[in-house]
Amino acid sequence: MSALAHVPTGQSAAAPPPSARRGRHRFLPYLLLLPGAAWLLLFFALPLVQLAAASLYDPSGSLSTGYALTFAFGNYPDALAAYWPQFVRSFGYAALALVLALLMGYPLAYAIAQKAGRWKNLLLVCVVAPMFTSFLVRTLAWKTILSDNGWFVGVLRDVHLLAPDGRLLATPFAVVLGLTYNFLPFLVLPLYASLERLDRRLLEAASDLYASPVRAFRRVTLPLSMPGLVAGTLLFFIPASGDYINAELLGTPNEYMIGNVIDSAFLVRLDYPQGAALSFLLMAAMLAVVFVYLRRAGTEEVL
Amino acid sequence: MGGTTVARETPAGDLRLANLTKRFGIFTAVDDLTLTIPQGSFFALLGASGCGKTTTLRMIAGLEEPTSGQVLLGDRDIARLRPYKRPVNTVFQSYALFPHLDIFENVAFGLRRRGIRQVDDQVARMLSLVQLDGYGRRRPAQLSGGQQQRVALARALINHPQVLLLDEPLGALDLKLRRQMQIELKRIQTEVGITFVHVTHDQEEAMTMADTVAVMNAGRIEQLGAPADIYEFPATAFVANFLGQSNLLAAEAAGTAGGEVPVTAHGARYSVPADRARVDRGPAHLGVRPEKLHLVGSADQVPAGHQHLTGVVSDASYVGVSTQYLLRTSWGSELSVFAANSGTTQRFAVGAEAVAHWDPRHAFLLPREPGEDDRTSPVLDEPVGAPS
Repeated sequence: MSALAHVPTGQSAAAPPPSARRGRHRFLPYLLLLPGAAWLLLFFALPLVQLAAASLYDPSGSLSTGYALTFAFGNYPDALAAYWPQFVRSFGYAALALVLALLMGYPLAYAIAQKAGRWKNLLLVCVVAPMFTSFLVRTLAWKTILSDNGWFVGVLRDVHLLAPDGRLLATPFAVVLGLTYNFLPFLVLPLYASLERLDRRLLEAASDLYASPVRAFRRVTLPLSMPGLVAGTLLFFIPASGDYINAELLGTPNEYMIGNVIDSAFLVRLDYPQGAALSFLLMAAMLAVVFVYLRRAGTEEVL
Repeated sequence: MGGTTVARETPAGDLRLANLTKRFGIFTAVDDLTLTIPQGSFFALLGASGCGKTTTLRMIAGLEEPTSGQVLLGDRDIARLRPYKRPVNTVFQSYALFPHLDIFENVAFGLRRRGIRQVDDQVARMLSLVQLDGYGRRRPAQLSGGQQQRVALARALINHPQVLLLDEPLGALDLKLRRQMQIELKRIQTEVGITFVHVTHDQEEAMTMADTVAVMNAGRIEQLGAPADIYEFPATAFVANFLGQSNLLAAEAAGTAGGEVPVTAHGARYSVPADRARVDRGPAHLGVRPEKLHLVGSADQVPAGHQHLTGVVSDASYVGVSTQYLLRTSWGSELSVFAANSGTTQRFAVGAEAVAHWDPRHAFLLPREPGEDDRTSPVLDEPVGAPS
């Protein structure tokens, strides 16, 4: 840009007045924002407005008769009344999966960050490696592993952990397991990043100041890993509660989550107003959960 | 909270290390160390980096497990106690303040972990002891290095440990602040009367603060004593050159005769009082501190009873408080001589012939490995104890 190349020439008449030059510099950041902003406007803001409008269409419309924007706010209570169990199930499954993922992911992230030594990078690759395969393929693989005739179920039946006619596939267990598995790296990676920065000397100091290992964890490690924990749980919980692939492939309609309902509203039943209303309800619920969570977690207290 | 019981009911006693050894693989960091640190004293472990002083400290703190040996506090062996069960606190080299807690909570940390609920008064008193009143609500990152150092000190002292360990706590501070903190630390130690074990590689710091200094080398203690005693009469050539500077001449001692040990060095005969000799026969180092050497123009100016040798001034640096000369001897070694600029001594130019003389009572005789030559300190360093 020529403005940047200008050598200040004092009060020479050829140079633009100082205010004009400063003006051009002031616009530069916005200019740099432009591509991203345009992208978001086109592919995020406009569709969002379109979706909001669709959620208020006359519910009696259809693809053949056309839709009319009648500000039918009744779509929202109707959708909620019809599908609240799927809402509850979505958040329930996601929360359960989050708990399982935390139980596995925190120790895993801690071990990689603090104990793995020269194996650190290899272990990190192992965490990320499944992502090189499609999400769909991995979930289908679980379908095979958990299938009624598979070796896994066979072994569980043999050791009587599962009744002779017991099954794993098409149960809530399989769906929660799928969610846990598929989103675990999103939890582990931010956690790892926080724990990796943790200064081991702080733990020595805590131990020197009468903190047992458990208390040192609670008072030092945990608070210092909060930024990673908050980021990781959000990155896990948000996609997990909106997911529909796991319920579709590993569950039955009895395990369907709100994502499945939205999916079928748009693509099977072609009930656009209802699909749009459910989408907004999901978004609102998610924002509420995140807001409450961030307030409670108090991340601004953490460096 | 009864989880952590700390053995603080027992009256504090001397801290004793008995045959303490730490090996990392084949490397012996601390080699069969035995020493007693009297209760209430300010003890300095002095040594170059890698000499095992920090490992010793970490074994006392419980952050490192000894390979063998005991750490006795009074009559109790605490060597195998977990660090959080020891009545010992540490001021870490990096301070290791908790970045997520404010200054108040950092200082209160130890009290809270022992289940003490009423901490306000004690924390306030501790913050005023280290002159940080009113800083309680700040975060460590908002304080300067010197202030962080004092928080680290307060955080350890508030627990009234039987022993306070200081791991090069002043290493990160600039010179002026370091001097200030040395005086401060000494004041606080006198005030609280807790045993301080201070690890440092800074000889001046050790000498300024400690009642007793142990000079460590390669996992062992070379000499232990009051700073002045060590300085005036070092036990080994290592100590003589680590604590201040020394001119060590390769000599042969010929056995005590009449309260004196006659020695021959580079063809000349000298003598050292018998109580200044660590060895009285065979290869020895005849040592004289640079400031104990005096320069005169000719041999007839040497006072009676003094011994002397002749050389040529090869370097003279004027550093204000003193002039530091290098005197090249006839056999090629260089002796270092500090002459105080008191206005009464003659100045010498480079190239001038000069005679260095000393009172034999200021000389000392140390053991020498056969074949080892002179060990002088030609590097003109900052003289110990010189005001800056």
